[in-house]
Amino acid sequence: MPAHFEPHQGGAAIALGELEIALLRSYAEQLLDLLGTRDKPDTDDLLATAFHHGPSEPPQDPVLARLFPNAYTDLAEASAEFRRFTENDLHTRKRSDAEALINTLDKLDPPDHGRTTLHLTPEESRQWLGALNDLRLAIATRLDLVTEDDHEALLDLPETDPRTPVALTYTWLTYLQDTLVETLMP
Amino acid sequence: MDQVTTSPSTIQSQRSAPAEAHPQATSAEAAEPDIPWITIVQNDPVNLMSYVSYVFQTYFGFSEAKANQLMLDVHHKGRAVVSNGTREEMERDVQAMHGYGLWATLRQDR
Repeated sequence: MPAHFEPHQGGAAIALGELEIALLRSYAEQLLDLLGTRDKPDTDDLLATAFHHGPSEPPQDPVLARLFPNAYTDLAEASAEFRRFTENDLHTRKRSDAEALINTLDKLDPPDHGRTTLHLTPEESRQWLGALNDLRLAIATRLDLVTEDDHEALLDLPETDPRTPVALTYTWLTYLQDTLVETLMP
Repeated sequence: MDQVTTSPSTIQSQRSAPAEAHPQATSAEAAEPDIPWITIVQNDPVNLMSYVSYVFQTYFGFSEAKANQLMLDVHHKGRAVVSNGTREEMERDVQAMHGYGLWATLRQDR
């Protein structure tokens, strides 16, 4: 049984090994890379950011399209306008959640073959929750997880299936997110 | 405070009504002012039931029982109406839901 999150001083804690840390870090880096492919102003230039509207077209990439969905199902023009005014903020939030995950992991110094405990403040827990959810949405989209049946089928993949390693990671991230949510329940 | 209505059957029958998705209808002025707007959360196999309930409790301030009921509606019926109000209010709710990674949309409650 892998480690799970437990409540700790208003936040959460989990014991992680070297490999788990490396995996989480690498997935978050990949998410940041993918987010970087979406049109975004240079956030260091405050003036440019203030006047820059977000894109009006939904992303071509299916993962980005899931992370930045349309707000209207049948009104394309209204969706475009909503996107122009909200996508930049959403982008910034997803970016900072993934960065928070990486930053908290980078502070850890795990022993060679043991585990080290990661402590999260309530705010860091919230950011981890967002990052874990985005990672799961991203992986699920790449695995073509569209229906509940797809999800069931994923759990029964043969060991030799090329999707098995990613499916196992997905299941693990699900477990992490589920136990982290429990620590945050009001 | 009960601002929530869950009536997927109504939603479906309304969805099959003649499309009024003419571009002109997208501007706030053209929208019929007396008809309230609703925020709908759509089901997907990714978002955890516990997480969806957490979001409903945290963002809308719903009780655990109410949040769980709406979460189950999303899960079993494919979608649930989670709030209603002005178009601006619903855009705010949809934006917040997207922030949590939930797939939400808004429309007029015709």
